Amino acid sequence: MVHLEFEMPVVELESRLEDFRKQAISRSVDLSSSISAVRMEIEQKLDEIYSNLTPYQIVQVARHSSRPKTIDFVRFLTPDYITLHGDRRFGDDKAMWTSVGTMDGQTIFLIGQSRGRNAKENSNNNFGMASPEGYRKAMRVMELAEKYKAPVITMLDTPGAYPGIGAEERGQAEAIATNIRDMFGIKVPIVTIIIGEGGSGGALGIGVGDRVLMLRNSMYSVISPEGCASILFRDGTRFRETSSMLKLTATDLLELGLIDEIIDEPIGGAHRSPIKAMELVKKAIKKNLLELSNISDSITEHRYQKYKNLPPKL
Amino acid sequence: MSAEDNQSKSEKTDEIKCKGCGKVLSEKELQENTYVCPKCGFHAHQPVRDRIKSLTDRGTFTEMWGDLVSTDLIGFSDSIPYAERIEKYRQKTGENDAIVTGKASIHGNDVALGVMNFRFIGGSMGVVVGEKVLRLAEFAGENKMPMIILSQSGGARMQESVFALMQLARLSGAIKRFQDDGGLFISAIAHPCTGGVSASFAMQGDIIISEPGALIGFAGPRVIKDTIKQRLPKGFQKAEFLLDKGFVDKVVHRENLKWILGKLVSMFVSTPMKEVN
Repeated sequence: MVHLEFEMPVVELESRLEDFRKQAISRSVDLSSSISAVRMEIEQKLDEIYSNLTPYQIVQVARHSSRPKTIDFVRFLTPDYITLHGDRRFGDDKAMWTSVGTMDGQTIFLIGQSRGRNAKENSNNNFGMASPEGYRKAMRVMELAEKYKAPVITMLDTPGAYPGIGAEERGQAEAIATNIRDMFGIKVPIVTIIIGEGGSGGALGIGVGDRVLMLRNSMYSVISPEGCASILFRDGTRFRETSSMLKLTATDLLELGLIDEIIDEPIGGAHRSPIKAMELVKKAIKKNLLELSNISDSITEHRYQKYKNLPPKL
Repeated sequence: MSAEDNQSKSEKTDEIKCKGCGKVLSEKELQENTYVCPKCGFHAHQPVRDRIKSLTDRGTFTEMWGDLVSTDLIGFSDSIPYAERIEKYRQKTGENDAIVTGKASIHGNDVALGVMNFRFIGGSMGVVVGEKVLRLAEFAGENKMPMIILSQSGGARMQESVFALMQLARLSGAIKRFQDDGGLFISAIAHPCTGGVSASFAMQGDIIISEPGALIGFAGPRVIKDTIKQRLPKGFQKAEFLLDKGFVDKVVHRENLKWILGKLVSMFVSTPMKEVN
């Protein structure tokens, strides 16, 4: 696993723990009290570090390669999933995941930017940067969900929409614009979860949910901190500053009233305990779907009013 | 109309170099030619009040929600605090934000009209632009008027962060309802139009018209070049390129823009389909 700079105190403790374990086995001595002491120290240290992350550290955690990705969530939430492919117009964009499956007996459609966990997956999935055909595939699958009255879960995890020649030729702006607009017409509940990096319009292209939830250490921003730094300061290395300026953390966005809920992560972040993190996400999805199923007005009216009434009041 | 209007009438002697051919022109000369270079036909930025005048029937424009002003929502400050930046642009442009909205008539038909103001922080979209487009779409729907928006923007306003991003969703919801209800939305695009504006209302028109040579895209050319490390094809992301690729209906010279908008509006409002005998 990739260790972030600020996790180093924990990494040292972890290697000490590993030593104790090895010793306990090789010399068959009882080191259980030392081991549990170090374990507790690790836990405390992680708690201390993760309760005080700076915005840029959160950006780093949000982009962590070992953090559960869309595919991990799909496998966990809907073990019987079947992937769906292609926009029926041009091709199949591997940066955009779409599948149908059952979560505890409920059929759900899962759509998400598919960021890779390693270089190979990333080269295959284009780092989760979708092209127009990806957005159009997502819309096609949302319409399918609507037809069969099954809820849609969208997972946001992308640096942004792909800035390439082909993507522009095939109407990247139009594809995103159409999705953002037409998601307002989808007559089934949509729950959107920002699981990692919510990168601007490219993320929002599948992000118009009735509920917008963020994992504690995810981020959501109008522009990447690096992009913002290079525009504002003509210096892309001032991303630590811009990370703070952009108010891109879950805590900030909840406080500003722009998201509905934060899903907590286990101590030390989702990348350290992915299963626990995904359990918490599942709980949140079920809770929100239940609440949404009780809406008496039409769901599209509810969705429009939610967005219309977002702060600030002008 | 307003004081800005008088200001745009006053004689200006500033010399401007045409971005198309380099010819030096006086502002007055440009203004008389609707800011189209008389030599090469380059469509330069036309100030928002001039633009409204050249698109509408004389004296018919009534501004709405002109008093909406943005505030610093997140304590943003770069070289200057954002609140100061807003103030500076309000002074400089005499406008409160990056779009002017209202109602007007074109060839005698009422329309809900929005014209973006590129001189206000690059026509960037924050909460005021989002709110005004949302209200315009609701107004057009309630009054059964076609809606026309002239877009010209660098995209979402990063000083308003996720508040700005959320405008893409907010106004798109209003446009969706308007269009589903039978409303006609014509999107007109002037140079340049990228990012959050092209990825929302500029590309949501039932009919999309662009001025010649306008740069239209999601990502800006520099970002694309830096990402793919290749030269971009000639004419890439220009209006004519989008016409060829099927993303705009027409590329129309500025002097014909009012005519075609008026013609389209008249055809759409005149009669619902009659029974064919």
